[in-house]
Amino acid sequence: MDLFEYQGKQFFASYGMPVSPGEAVTTVDDAVAAAERLGTPVMVKAQVHTGGRGKAGGVKFAADIDAVRTHAANILGLDIRGHIVENLWIEKASDIAEEYYVSFTLDRSAKKHLGMLSAEGGVEIEAVAEENPDAIAKIWVDPVGGLTEDQCRQWVLAANLNPDVTDQTVELLLNLYEAYTAGDADLVEINPLIVTPEGRVHVLDAKVTLDGNAGFRHDLAPFDATQPRDEREAAAHAKGLQYVGLEGTVGVIANGAGLAMSTVDVVNQVGGKPANFLDIGGGANADVMAGALEVINNDPDVQSIFINIFGGITRGEEVANGIIEAMNRVDIASPIVIRLDGTNADEGRALLKPHLSDRLMMAPTMLEAAREAVALAEGAAS
Amino acid sequence: MSIFVDENTKVVYQGLTGSQGRYYGMLNRDYGTQVVAGTNPKKAGTDVEGVPIFATVADAVEATGANVSCVFIPAAGVRSAVLEAAEGGVELIVVITEGVPMHDEAYFYNKLKADYPGVRLLGPNCPGLISPGKANIGITAGHIAKEGGPVGIVSRSGTLTYQALYELKQKDIGCTTCVGIGGDPVPGTSFIDCLAAFEDDPETEAVMMIGEIGGSAEEEAAEFIAANVSKPVVAYIAGLTAPPGKKMGHAGAIVSGGKGTAQAKMDALAAAGVRIGQSPSEAGDIMAEVVAGL
Repeated sequence: MDLFEYQGKQFFASYGMPVSPGEAVTTVDDAVAAAERLGTPVMVKAQVHTGGRGKAGGVKFAADIDAVRTHAANILGLDIRGHIVENLWIEKASDIAEEYYVSFTLDRSAKKHLGMLSAEGGVEIEAVAEENPDAIAKIWVDPVGGLTEDQCRQWVLAANLNPDVTDQTVELLLNLYEAYTAGDADLVEINPLIVTPEGRVHVLDAKVTLDGNAGFRHDLAPFDATQPRDEREAAAHAKGLQYVGLEGTVGVIANGAGLAMSTVDVVNQVGGKPANFLDIGGGANADVMAGALEVINNDPDVQSIFINIFGGITRGEEVANGIIEAMNRVDIASPIVIRLDGTNADEGRALLKPHLSDRLMMAPTMLEAAREAVALAEGAAS
Repeated sequence: MSIFVDENTKVVYQGLTGSQGRYYGMLNRDYGTQVVAGTNPKKAGTDVEGVPIFATVADAVEATGANVSCVFIPAAGVRSAVLEAAEGGVELIVVITEGVPMHDEAYFYNKLKADYPGVRLLGPNCPGLISPGKANIGITAGHIAKEGGPVGIVSRSGTLTYQALYELKQKDIGCTTCVGIGGDPVPGTSFIDCLAAFEDDPETEAVMMIGEIGGSAEEEAAEFIAANVSKPVVAYIAGLTAPPGKKMGHAGAIVSGGKGTAQAKMDALAAAGVRIGQSPSEAGDIMAEVVAGL
């Protein structure tokens, strides 16, 4: 789960890293009040779960209170890559002498943690990697041994940072690694990590992605509450379903993540547009199926529904009964096409047969079911 | 022949006294798997439908000769369960549990590599593995698989694996071993480990590989196939039309920064001589052609 910049900074601060004082606000008046408390000049920064804030006009320097008022009014409500700004971070402005880049993430190929450090911060690291890869010092850290101070010092030296701040940087990076591991982050990134004219190393931006699986070790509720989610995703999330909202008209329900992904692919392959990815998990009982149908049914864009179930340990009869019962419970607006295969598929299909109509159809293969669902969606749209 | 597990495999279930562990443990036993023990420190000395419960994996190994552990422990306990199994002396640890934190996975993967290099880890978040007719360990429906060969299967996805087994059975094609490596960021066993084992297994004559978006495991497998695999390989990759930045169910299934796309994986595999199915059934059809030509 992605944190806002200010949440990331609070997370870093809790691991002893130097960040600027600031306040999170949601209105212009609160922005002004925060700036008065902090003292100008301040930065007015849009809090959104996407990059490119600066270019979109979402980060502004405010020399005085009037400027705070103007910038806050302009930035609140701004659309940054489809994200509407609702939160601002008002932060005491810093003078910058140098800008560095640092991050830790998992290298899935090496199965070790990868640290990247560069004296060329403040710009997109992808651009640095492309144009001047030697400017990035990389370190692979064994998750068992962790990052030692000696290793860390070698790494800092390899990055050719200002030698005057080596000790401070080493201390900060050890804390950053601790935040990454003990805090169960998938990604920690500081860009830029700055050196002030007085020679202080300081966190100026924070990008943190926490591992949602580590909720048993940490209180993730405050971060969960600020995740960007459309209404459909929120409804599915509440029912414990794995749902990703897409843009199309064919509602998709499948059991298993791989099969759900494959179903989305097949709908696209036959020229349709899936409305969603929805994995109902291994079983397919009436409760789960009814919940899934409710979520799909509440999506106004859906014109047809494709239920794709492969029975493994769950038998075809159980799946069929689940679908029939769910249809009795939910008043479904769109026609449904079912593909049922796997264990006892024939028995399951036989149970469904008396219920078939122009609202509930069955197709023998994934491909044929997809074609039918897409044709229904297009017929409804025209 | 089969890879990793066969009729002589003896399995201890960590979490056999829990609802999931008991359900699948008993299904595995009904299939014919030698389910010899369970563990639960609070219930040592009791049994689950005749299967004795021990306090630790080490005790179970000593008393029963178990050489494989299957883990159904909740995510919070997986890290210590895996280390306990390695310490206890099994050769293979199969972790079915999903939702294990990435840092725990990275830790025990590297801990095993360093301190227990002879121990193989499969998963976490995997369906397990089945050598049809010999042993079924995990949550695969055993009856959808046909015994014998000549096809070996390795897959990152659960349901698509079952579908592959089922389609092959419908076409009267048997499977030597089917390994679900799971959809997490740090899988204990990789495509490459399985491809190498299938290449060395005389009874396996062709390999079906099912991948999905995210990471670069399929690309690495393609390189390995080009250099080391003489047997025909057929592949299917899920997620061709998945939007970037969205996790598709599995923690590891995400296209980020333009990396890990299905197209890149298909291109890499095709360049290595692997035949690609555009859908799971097309992959099944291609495999039927390959088997007919063996």
